[in-house]
Amino acid sequence: MRGAPKLLPRHRASRRAELLVLWALLLASAAAVGFIAVYALGADTQWLGLLIGVAFALLALGAIVTSKALVPQERKEEERRSFDHDRDDLDIAVYVQESDEGITRSRLLKTAAAGAGLTVAGALLVPLASCGPFLDVAQLRRMAWHRGRRLVDDAGRPLRADEIEVGSMTPAFAEGVDRKRLDASLIVVRLHDDDLHLPRERAGWAPHGILAYSKICTHAGCAVSMFRYPLYDVNVPRPALVCPCHYSTFDPASGGDVIFGPAGRPLPQLPVAVDERGELRAAGRMSGPVGPSWWGVQEG
Amino acid sequence: MIYRLVRFVDTRTGQTPIAKKLLRYVFPDHWSFLLGEIALYCFVVLVATGIYLTFFFDPSLQHTVYQGSYEPLRGRVVSEAYRSVLDISFRYKAGLLIRQTHHWAADVFLVAITLHMLRVFFTGAFRKPREITYYGGVLMLMLAMFEGFAGYSLGDDLLSGMGLVIAYSIVMSLPFVGGNLALLIWHGPFPGTTDFFSRLYIAHVLLVPVAIGILLSMHLVSIVFTHHSQFRGRREREHNVVGTPLWPGYLFRTLGLAFAVSAVLFLLGGLVQINPVWQWGPFEPSQSTNGAQPDWYLGWLIGALRLMPDWEPHIGHYTLIPNAFWGGAFFPLVVFSFLLSWPLIERRLTGDHRYHHLLDRPRDAPWRTAVGVGFFTWVGMIFFAGSSDRVMVEMHISYTSQIHVYQAAVFIVPLVAAWIAKRVCEQLLRSEMHPLRGSGGGPVRRMPDGGFERVSRSPTTPRAPAPNARK
Repeated sequence: MRGAPKLLPRHRASRRAELLVLWALLLASAAAVGFIAVYALGADTQWLGLLIGVAFALLALGAIVTSKALVPQERKEEERRSFDHDRDDLDIAVYVQESDEGITRSRLLKTAAAGAGLTVAGALLVPLASCGPFLDVAQLRRMAWHRGRRLVDDAGRPLRADEIEVGSMTPAFAEGVDRKRLDASLIVVRLHDDDLHLPRERAGWAPHGILAYSKICTHAGCAVSMFRYPLYDVNVPRPALVCPCHYSTFDPASGGDVIFGPAGRPLPQLPVAVDERGELRAAGRMSGPVGPSWWGVQEG
Repeated sequence: MIYRLVRFVDTRTGQTPIAKKLLRYVFPDHWSFLLGEIALYCFVVLVATGIYLTFFFDPSLQHTVYQGSYEPLRGRVVSEAYRSVLDISFRYKAGLLIRQTHHWAADVFLVAITLHMLRVFFTGAFRKPREITYYGGVLMLMLAMFEGFAGYSLGDDLLSGMGLVIAYSIVMSLPFVGGNLALLIWHGPFPGTTDFFSRLYIAHVLLVPVAIGILLSMHLVSIVFTHHSQFRGRREREHNVVGTPLWPGYLFRTLGLAFAVSAVLFLLGGLVQINPVWQWGPFEPSQSTNGAQPDWYLGWLIGALRLMPDWEPHIGHYTLIPNAFWGGAFFPLVVFSFLLSWPLIERRLTGDHRYHHLLDRPRDAPWRTAVGVGFFTWVGMIFFAGSSDRVMVEMHISYTSQIHVYQAAVFIVPLVAAWIAKRVCEQLLRSEMHPLRGSGGGPVRRMPDGGFERVSRSPTTPRAPAPNARK
């Protein structure tokens, strides 16, 4: 405004800086046009990223040079205001205090108001219970397996006992069950008969040394998809089933006991039997609940 | 012209005095004050790229047969969610650029927030009167972690599914309510129904971003109320604030930073591949992969899950607290409780209820620095333990031995680090050296015989003016 007093310090911008900002802006426009052209001509991701990135980098250059060399440079010092408004703070307290002086049963009313507030808020939250069947914890114990259910492979073919070689690992599923269900998938391994030391009550659970375990880790629910089967004497000689998420390690020879890692309970085992056609079937129920543990889960 | 515009607005709103004050708001200069701004601009990029992605993403677990251009997956039965992420990556022009920029922005967002939080901790910026700003910041850090996790979980690829089943297990592991809560959230046992995915989606694109946006606004408003803090310098004192005003100097500078952040994120998004979901394949609960890692900011949780021994208290055959609780819920609870309660703890321990507009250098408060170094080393060690499977795969160091070493080291190293930090602080305080630039000089006294002798400051007055606190 003509005649108005100067507010900012006098300052003369450098000519070179002006030129630099001009070029940065022109080239930024060029890069942006290039971006549009690349988009129209097939949109190669690398070129798109490069051009829009360069455009932004040039804008950054322009803005920073503007800030450092075109506009007046100042260092402003400002006094801080006090945060203590003792008079006002006191007034507010007094307003609040005086407002209920005429009420005889002030405390009772306040309690009732708090109670009403909580109850109404609680009532409004209750419909959230429709989100899921949260009382039906029995669902967490559901079991895809029962006596006689066949084990099928990835392609849905029945799994035959003679296909399972010693030292091999085969994924299997419950026939006719949704494979997305945690209780549907198994990991089947075969060990030498004399390497087995299953608990006495599990005698007969592993015909020909074929062992079936839930594939879902009891720690954090990942698929136990690694099988360690040393072919020579190493420092950790036992075969083991390992979960790749947090390396919970289970002993297939002893009934799924935890031998390393964070899992707190054994991997549930499924008793298997070989039918007259040589196919694998469940010979009973799993030894414990499948999947990650929860409050009150019964250990196998 | 501008005058007439300002007149127009003022005569309709009467708010010119506030606008004028804001235009001349003073920003003190220090590189470390830019970390929060970087986080702010990452958030802007996240919102912008995220809105674009919502136009193409379909948060549904309905089955479909993939017919797109990525040959190896053609004919596979996948979810609509996974199909739409593949389409964003291969079918829509610039879709992959935006998706990768979005993912990179999330990772950089959390780097910036974390470094900003460390800066605030070690300079004592959380002290009175800035506690509210600090609490809001810690809450945003929590929300940002959840938001990032929700984001990469939505792709329904193998890695996102592995992350979700771990999240499910952690929810299940909560004492008393875990099983019920998991059924409520997932609408049944894992993997739940498509309802769960639409909930995760609305949380990711609306609830959490809006919550972050509100906290972010409160964060900025509370900074303006208290004004910025500053390091002690030639003119900088408790009673003033010295720096560059918003208009014209600082506005162009921060605009430059915003453009620079966008430049880096788009260059990363265009040139550096991130989360190629087509290589992971669709999620099946019966599948998993070795060496899988979450996004970096969840590494501390995977580390805690891995390090926890197989401790699972139970009565008879009934589990009381499943193991996943310790690493997945208890550990973050401890970390965030520490962060949230530290201003109160420090006030209690020091009995210091004064205002602090001048920042400490880390050395100025050796105890706080030692506690912070110890605490963040603890979290950092656990974070590194999370990568022990990668170390095994790439460097062939036994996983089991690594875990055993870490289990002891996460408690020993932080104590040693804290002790060293305290000694270093005290030494720096005495010598007034800059840790990187060496001595900035100091007062000397000429001796009668012609030699010189340093005049040492008394270590009992740690808040003495430090002439070389600024460049």
